[in-house]
Formats: sequence, structure tokens, C-alpha cells
Amino acid sequence: MDTIKVVVAILLTFSLFSFHSFGFQSDELLVDDEEFGLEGAPQPRFPEPTSTRSAPVTTATRKRHSDLDSDSKIEFSLDHAFGDSDFAPAGTFSARIKTWSHGGQTLTKLRFSRNNFTNEEQKNFKNLLESDDFYRIRLPSNVLSPPGRNFIISSVKARCLPREGLDEHFVIHMEGVNVLAVNYGSPGSCPYPRNLKLPVKWSFSSYTVLKNSEQAPRAPIFTEEILGGENGGGEVVQPPERSFWAKYWMYLIPLGLIIMNAITQAMNMPEEQVTGQVPAQGQPSAGAVQRGPSSAARRR
Amino acid sequence: MAIRSFFVPFLLFALCFNSSLTPVLSLYEDQVGLMDWHQQYIGKVKQAVFSTQKTGRRRVIVSTEENVIASLDLRHGEIFWRHLLGSNDVIDGIDIGLGKYVITLSSGGSILRSWNLPDGQMVWESFLQGPKHSKSLLLVPTNLKIEKDNVIVVFSNGRLHAVSCIDGEVLWNKDFEAESFEVQQVIQPPGSDLIYVVGFAASSQFEMYQINARNGELLKHESETFSSGFFREVSLVSSETVAALDSTGSILLTISFQNGEISFQQTPISNLVEDSSGPAVIIPSSVPGIFAIKTNAITIFIRVIGKGKLEVVETTNHETAVSNALPISEGQQAFALVQHAGSEIHLAVKLAHDWDGNLLKESIKMDQQRGLVHKVFINNYIRTDRSHGFRVLIVMEDHSLLLLQQGAVVWSREDGLASIIDVTASELPVERDGVSVAKVEHNLFEWLKGHMLKLKGTLMLASPEDVAAIQSMRLKSSEKSKMTRDHNGFRKLLIVLTRAGKLFALHTGDGRIVWSHLLRSLHKSEACKSPIGLNMYQWQVPHHHALDENPSVLVISRCGPSSGAPGVLSFVDAYTGKELNSLSLVHAVVQVIPLPYTDSTEQRLHLLIDSDKHAHLYPKSSEALGIFKREFSNIYWYSVEELDGIIKGHALKCKCTGEVADEFCFDTRDLWSVVFPSESEKIIATVTRKSNEVVHTQAKVIADQDVMYKYISRNLLFVATVAPKGSGEIGSVTPEESWLVVYLIDTVTGRILHRVTHHGAQGPVHAVFSENWVVYHYFNLRAHRYEMSVIEIYDQSRADNKDVWKLVLGKHNLTSPISLFSRPEVITKSQSYFFTHSVKAIAVTSTAKGITSKQLLIGTIGDQVLALDKRFLDPRRSVNPTQAEKEEGIIPLTDSLPIIPQSYVTHALRVEGLRGILTVPAKLESTTLVFAHGVDLFFTQLAPSRTYDSLTEDFSYALLLLTIVALVAAIFVTWRLSERKELQDKWR
Repeated sequence: MDTIKVVVAILLTFSLFSFHSFGFQSDELLVDDEEFGLEGAPQPRFPEPTSTRSAPVTTATRKRHSDLDSDSKIEFSLDHAFGDSDFAPAGTFSARIKTWSHGGQTLTKLRFSRNNFTNEEQKNFKNLLESDDFYRIRLPSNVLSPPGRNFIISSVKARCLPREGLDEHFVIHMEGVNVLAVNYGSPGSCPYPRNLKLPVKWSFSSYTVLKNSEQAPRAPIFTEEILGGENGGGEVVQPPERSFWAKYWMYLIPLGLIIMNAITQAMNMPEEQVTGQVPAQGQPSAGAVQRGPSSAARRR
Repeated sequence: MAIRSFFVPFLLFALCFNSSLTPVLSLYEDQVGLMDWHQQYIGKVKQAVFSTQKTGRRRVIVSTEENVIASLDLRHGEIFWRHLLGSNDVIDGIDIGLGKYVITLSSGGSILRSWNLPDGQMVWESFLQGPKHSKSLLLVPTNLKIEKDNVIVVFSNGRLHAVSCIDGEVLWNKDFEAESFEVQQVIQPPGSDLIYVVGFAASSQFEMYQINARNGELLKHESETFSSGFFREVSLVSSETVAALDSTGSILLTISFQNGEISFQQTPISNLVEDSSGPAVIIPSSVPGIFAIKTNAITIFIRVIGKGKLEVVETTNHETAVSNALPISEGQQAFALVQHAGSEIHLAVKLAHDWDGNLLKESIKMDQQRGLVHKVFINNYIRTDRSHGFRVLIVMEDHSLLLLQQGAVVWSREDGLASIIDVTASELPVERDGVSVAKVEHNLFEWLKGHMLKLKGTLMLASPEDVAAIQSMRLKSSEKSKMTRDHNGFRKLLIVLTRAGKLFALHTGDGRIVWSHLLRSLHKSEACKSPIGLNMYQWQVPHHHALDENPSVLVISRCGPSSGAPGVLSFVDAYTGKELNSLSLVHAVVQVIPLPYTDSTEQRLHLLIDSDKHAHLYPKSSEALGIFKREFSNIYWYSVEELDGIIKGHALKCKCTGEVADEFCFDTRDLWSVVFPSESEKIIATVTRKSNEVVHTQAKVIADQDVMYKYISRNLLFVATVAPKGSGEIGSVTPEESWLVVYLIDTVTGRILHRVTHHGAQGPVHAVFSENWVVYHYFNLRAHRYEMSVIEIYDQSRADNKDVWKLVLGKHNLTSPISLFSRPEVITKSQSYFFTHSVKAIAVTSTAKGITSKQLLIGTIGDQVLALDKRFLDPRRSVNPTQAEKEEGIIPLTDSLPIIPQSYVTHALRVEGLRGILTVPAKLESTTLVFAHGVDLFFTQLAPSRTYDSLTEDFSYALLLLTIVALVAAIFVTWRLSERKELQDKWR
């Protein structure tokens, strides 16, 4: 029972804290995505969504430097294949392994150096472009003991890569030192139908992003006190004042219609009387005037 | 009689105003059974026990493979009472004790329960433990008493227990700890105080223990070695003799242990029957003096005469089933024998010691669609002329249960429907001209009368008889059970595949079986020893130009339990149930991919992936191949290897190379792979969108006149993984050791679009994916509660299209094709809520055009279906929604999801053993058809936003007519009055 009480108390304090600070955001520290642009590489020209934006390298690493325990450098290779050919080395990733005090290990400072295409490879790639085939890459699933359990494969239609040069974009999903998946493709869009376009220069510009899992937002926990506090605060958000039109359009439109209708009626009426009465009496006059004699006639 | 209104737009408009109110879905008491039906089943009967006491004479107690124990009415086959034990509480044996208690042994012999026979209340329950796992045997001797206590003898988990019948107390127990001892029989010779436990040890040693039934004292232990070993089962011949087979299955052994002396008598089977070939197996039976063996297709009945002398009494090559023995009088035991002969079955009841004489011999015509007789249970009764009458309960191959008496089938139960594997819906035939009109005219008077009655009901003038008449009229409405298509699309056929390999077509109107068909391809045969039905797909759904064809379904099955076993395809006509064609494949079927293409006869193209990763195209026609070739490079699929924790993406490569020269076979290649680290993640759930789901609009207008674009892709996969430690039961790990990671993966490129970790969460995970959202249910260990989370995914690449001018000038990218090879720009929104129930299944309503708002259908642990508005799972909910958000219909945030008692779709009913929920759109946009299945079946119609596009069932046309007539009359009267008044005015 005591433990439950303690848990409840902790939850209460947590929820209190969360309420005052962020509304209903989780109060847990969200581990930053470990994202680093390739150092020295040109900044991506395409606007990236915020979730994968390359963080400024220096600030992020400095922050980490203070609490890291040990550092060691590792390398793992990227292999590629043209269509269904066998895999061959295409480049090397190098990174630092950071061991946390709680025993976990993560990668930081990921760098990538890509080998230039040999003539043979260039020819193969051209073939791929012509046949609209897949360019495939693979990574080991464990960076400490490659290849780990299996290789992580990813592929893209070759026609998606060429722009000026060859642009590629890696998003490597990590879980500790394990590579979970790699999303490989062009950094921008690859519109369909894919047109054949040869690159001007045969060099790669690569963008790499490391991603770790995010924490899920916690289910909000409401308690009496918190709700009481909310109400006591009296901080009721006033709805933004809306314009007269926005408020009453549903009345204004019918009103307008009625008015318009009335006007047209009023416009039509004289004309009708003109056409209807002129041959009979030859006396152009307003309806109201007209009604007098006619009713008088009826009384007769 | 819902009539589609012409004011749909207007009603839609009205609905928009109403939508801020929570729709009330409840049903009035008198509406139960109008649109819903509920059927109760029990599953394939394993064992049946007849009650012999006076009061219980009309009852039979059965235990089934669905873990149901039930008491059935012998006259009609109705269920008196029924209990569904859990899925891991398999029933080992049932019996009746003291004439008024039903004794069940379950859970591998560790739970013994007693139920009150008349009403099914549980009387007591005992847990029996033991040193090791073993066979479980239940024995309820009729007259074994220990201090006035009737005793139940149970052998389970390597221990012999004697349990009191009155209160379930264990009187004594005795361990059999010898390592290799395998118990075969527990025998209690009537009239003695001894219990014999016989079994094998070390596969070649026969062991016999003699035990004092009063105190469990071991009196004698004998063992004898037989050099060539034993083959599995023994058959009890008398209380001191058993029959067994040697390990090669060619020599019969009769083992007698009279007075504690074990002696073997060997008889080669070839001595008895000349043309026997292959190893024999013993058919378990309990007929004294006789046992049966089976070699190949021949069944041999053998009588034991005297000391180990055997005599063949009958050999037959028909399919035969034998019942248990039934004591009918002093020293006489009868048993039933059922044999197949063509379309008839022959039932013979014989006395155990007199094979040639028949007490009863009957031939009964049997429906071919029921297959073979699997089990027979015999019961006797006293006829009006005081002679013995017999009735037998037979269990057929299709799992149905029949009672035979006096040469006729008294009743039958389609209990195959308790184990449904797959369900699909099919349209009914189109109504031909001139059928219904005449009928309506003929019934015009009835129709008017009905409406007058309804009017009376509305105006509260109806007498109780009238109310009853109205109710029965509504329930019996012939309209809903017609065999033709209706323009609202409420009438459909539900095609159901059961575990027995039988297809049923159920009518959605009243749940009756329209046709049933035992698939020939799922019959046991030489080529295919143990066929298993796997899935069902809609093969041909004719519409437009191919209306003359009947729709058909494709049933995929497999020979044998391993995934590499060759597959079998059957094509079945959905209107008649005829098997159009069946193909025995040379390759296995690991995965079936219905492609979004159809040929000119509306046959859907299917791609079957075999275990060697070849893809096979069906139908095998050149036209299909032509269509397929056009889309060759646009076909992608994925496979989930749950054990390895790998998800792979595949595409087609080229024609098959190698020995099989087949135009329709293609090689495949791997495009991507996601490898989950085995030490931290284990896949427990994968969910995709329904392939036939319709999404009405991609844009979602939110409160501040802003637009968000849903990311709608057919190629999204939801994956949930948990820590391997935490994959056990809830509570087996601490919150620190357990986590749940969920992913949204694009199955064409293998991109992980979203990945989020729930710390301290544990499975089981149930999820449903629809449009651009996924809802999943799991357990939160920190909060000690179940939680449900929602993830919605939105497309940012289209977010710029908000400008009206862009749309007007055509400078938008809304019509450009989407390529998944582009880098996706998506954002996700998610939120979690507590939920009270644990969940068995989740589904979502689906409507014809996808306009109607959605409801989640949650199969709760109480076997009910709860409808929960999707708006409760909207990640944009906040504590204090602004005025604009409130107008949009956003509900203020609460920490847990409400369970409104009125929103149970199943109202007061329970769908026992709920396994799946299927939703089918009706033609009427507001309505969706819901079919929930488990041991029971339940069907209903749902209107998540109420029936805004039709008049309700009980709309009173008479009242409308009356009003119109009254109005017209009033117009005439006032017109007359005004005329008169005007005239008077003129004369004034």
C-alpha cells in the first residue's frame, strides 16, 4: 500500500509540475535527436522539416562533452549495389561512441566519406538510370560488430538521385549501437514520372541524419487539486473577438435577400402597371394612386 | 422501409449543426432484434455425457474444442446453460458425479471444477498440483465411497488424486515420480476397493500399480519389459486386460494383469487379417471385450476371448465410428457403430458380447456437406412399450452436432460456426423485374393496416395487443430477409470460412444459413493429409459490365501445418456455394497479395508468394498477364518475419529462372529491410489499412479556417515492438524493463515515418489503422492501467495549398502524382488516454463514401462490442478548447476515455469468445454493417452519425398522409370561407 501511495504522490507532483509548465506536455526530458549534418558539406538547399533539421554541430557536441564518460572511435562501411548486382564498398561512416553512465551507448559525430565512382561504377549507374532501376545500399545492423544480425538494406530508384551532381540523403535510425533502419533517397522530391537525367558531375553530396527514438507524450493525469487550481486561477481564455460579419452572417444574408427581393418588386411594380394600365386609361400613375379609383369602381 | 430522402444535402447541413452534440446511439427496448441478430454456438464436441438421473434425463452435457462446457436440451438441441473457459483452460475430461454435479478437469489436469447440473452454477473448484507434466485422466466411479463421500479419481501432473465429490477436497494423493512413467489408463474395477494405474516407462516397459482406493496406499507394483517397445495408446478391453500395439504397429499385444501378474500375448496382425499393410493404430474405445484397430483404410474389430486369444469379428473399409459403451442392464453393455455408405449412414446398436445381433439397425440419409462422422455418443431411453430405445449424438466432420433417434435426425446444430477463420461479405443478386411490385399490391391492405397500427402506436392509442402486433410485425418483416439486393445495401451475404473447412453463407437480414459447402479441397486425401483453411479473398466482384456473372471467393488452404506445405486454391460461387474450381499447387503459399487490378470479367489479380520467394500470378490467363506486365514495376510488398524481428520490402525482378518454366512465375528481390535489435525489441503487432477503405477528403479544415492535409497512403504499416522481457503477461516485469516502441513504416521504400517509445508500457497491443490515423491499445505499467493512444499523420508538402488564389489559378500541387521516393514531409500528432477495459479486438466503422464520421468498435474483455466515437481520440483535444474548436466539435481533454453504457453495440448480449469484428459498408452512406464473431455470432447495423440520409424504420407514413389530407381539407374549408366573406364584402 505504501508503494502505491508513493507512486500516487509522485504522479501527483509530476502532473502538477507538468500542468504549470507546459499545459499537457510531458514533463520528461526529451532526448534530442542526434542529428548532425555532414561537417564540411554544404548545407542542404532544400528546406528540411524541423524534425530532421541538422542541428549546429558544435553546440550539440559541447553540451554532451561535459557528461560523457568515455569516447571511442568506430568506423563502418556503406556498401552499394547496382540493380541486382552484388554489394561493393562505397564509403565509410566514422563516428564516436559515447558510453553513458547508465550503460547505454550512442553514436555521435557521424561523418561520412564517400568513394568516388570508378568508371565501371559510373557505367553501371548510367545503365540503372536508363532502365529506371534501383540503386541499393546497405549498412551493418550493429556498428560495433558488423554486420551484426543482418544487413540493413535500402534502395531508391536511381533516377531520383541526379541533380547537378548526385544528391543523397541518409536518415539512420539507431537504437543504441544497433542500426534499425536507414532511409535512403534524394534530399528533396522525386516527381513521378521520373525522367531520365544524367548528372553534370559525378560526385555525391551526402546529407546524413542520425535519429533515435522519441518519447511518447504521457497520458494526462487529472486530479481534483489540479482541476481546482485551474478553476481558481480563473484564467479563462477569452475567445478572440470576431467581426460583426463573422457573427451574424447567417442573419445578414437572408436579410439582404429580402431587401433585394423587395427592391426588385418595387422596381417591377411600376412597370407592370405601366404596361397593364396604359392602353386602358392612358394614365401613368403610381400603384397607390391607381388603387383608389379601382376600388372606387368596385364599390359602384 | 428506410427510404432515401431527397433532402440529403439539407440533412447533411443539419447534421453539421448537430455534430457538436454527442450522438446517442442507444436503442429502445422494442428495437432489439430489428436489425441485429445473435446466434449461440458451442464448437466441436469433444466429449458428451448423458445425465441418467430423472430430472436430468432430457439433458446432455458436452465439452468442446472451443473450451465450452454446455448443457443441451436433448429434445431440441437448445442450450440450457453454457460456460466458456479461457483459451488456455483446455478441457481434458468431463463426467457427472452423484447425478447432479458436472465434473470438469481442465488446464492440463490442474483445475477440477464441479458445476450444478440444473443451472450450471459452479459448486466448487480445486487446484491439483503435481511433480511433472503428464496425461490427465478423470475417472468418476459410480460406487466408490470413502466414509460416505463419493470419490473422484484424477490422474494429473504425475500424481493420483482422490477428490471428494461433495466439496472438492483432496482426500489423498500419491505421486508417480518415476522419471519416464507415462500413464495410460486408470482403472477402477467395479465393486472393489482397488485402483489400477497402468502405463509405460522408458517406452519398452509396462508398469502396473495397484492402489488401495480408500487411502492411496500402494499395494503392488509390477513391471515387465517388452523388448520391441510400445506404440502410443492402449485400449481397455476389460478391467484387467488392455490391448496395445508394438512400436512397429504390426504386432498386437494383449496385456493382462490379473492378480498383479503381468503377462503379454503377442499376435501379429498379419495372422488375423491377410491383406493388412502398413502400421496400424488403435482406435480408442471402451467397449468391453472388443477393440478396434485401423490400418490404411481398413478398420478391424477384434474380440478378446479367454486368455489372450483374439478373433476378428469384422473388417470394414467404410469410414466407421464407434461409441462408448453404455450399460443397459445387469452385465450388459451396448454400443453404437456408425458406418458410411454413399449418401447414407448406417447406425447399428449392438451388445458388447454379441457382435452379430443388432439391437437396432437404421439407415439415415445424411447431407453430403456434413462430411464424415467423427464421434458417436450413445444414450438409451425407455420406449412407450417398455423396451429399450437408443438415440445417438453424432459429431460430423464439419463440427456439426446431430441427434439421431428412430431413424431420423431430430435436431442439428451448426457448431462449426463457433470457429470462424475468415469472413468476407458478398452482394446478393439484383432483383429481377416484376417480382416485388405485385407482392406490394397484393399486400396493400396489409400495408395500410400496418401503418394504421403504427399510427395508433405513435399517438399512444394502441392497446397492449396492438403493441404486440406491431412488435411482431416489425420483427418478422419479410423485407429484411429477401434474397435480393436492396437499394440501401443492408442485405448481403456473409461468407464465412470455418476451421473445419466448411464455407457458410449467412444472410445479414436474419442470420440464416443460405448455403453451406464442405470444401472438397479441404478434405483429407492421399495427396493432402491434413489440410488447413487459411484465408478467403474476394476473387470476383462483378459490377458494371460483368453483372451476369456470379461473384466468387477464393479460399486459400495448405496441406499441413508447416508454412512450406503446398497450397490449395478453391474458387467458390458466392450465390450458390458451388466449388467452381480447385487447384492443387506445387508451391507453398506464404503470402497472398490481392492486387488493385481486375481483368475484363472482374476477376481480381492475386499475387501468391511461395516459400522460395517466387511470386505467382493468378488467374493464369494471358489477359491477366498483360495487365500485370503494365504495372510490373509498380508492385511492391513487404513481409514480416516475426521470429527474427525483420521486416523486408520486396519488388518483382524478372521471370522465374530455373527448372519451372512458367510464364506466371516471377523472381523477386529485396528492396529494403528493417532489423529490430533482438535484445531490445520484439515485434508483437503489425497493422495496415484495409485495402478497400474509402477516404472522402484529404483535407481537414480545422478551427481557425486552416487546412491540414491528411497523409493518406495505402502503403503505411504500423508496427509495435516490446522489450523481449516484457512480452509475457502483464505484471511479469517492472516498468523499467519494459517499453513499447511503435513505428509507422512506408512499405514501398522502408522509410520510418514515425517512431515513438512508450516507457513502462507492455503488450498485448491491439491496433486499428484507418485513413491517416492509427489507434492502439496497450498496458501502462506505471499507471497500472490500460491506455489507448492515437497517432495522426499529416502531409506537409501540400500544406502550402491553402491560398485560394493558388487554387483558382491552378498553381497548386494537389493533382500531381505522388511518388513515395520523394522525401516525405510529414508531421504527426499524438495523444494518449486511459481506458478501463482490456481489449480483444478493435475495428473501425467503414461507410460507402467515407463521409460519415468514424467510430471505433472495441471488443471488450466482457465479450461485448463498444462503439467509441473517434472524436474522443483526437490528438487536438485540449483542456480548454477555444470557442472555435468547440464549434468544430473538439471535446475537452479528459485523462480517460468515457465508456457510455448506451454505446454498447451488442446491448445486453454477449458474443462469447469474441475474436474478430468485421465492418462492411452499406450502400446508404450513413450506415455500416457490423459482424462480430467468436463462439457466438452477432450482427447489427450502425449509424455512427445517425441515419441522416434516410427516414427511420418507424417513420409513420400514415401520420404524414393524414396530415396532408387534413391540410388539404383545411385549405378547402378556408378557401370556401374566404370566398364567402369576400362575397359578403362585395354586397355590403
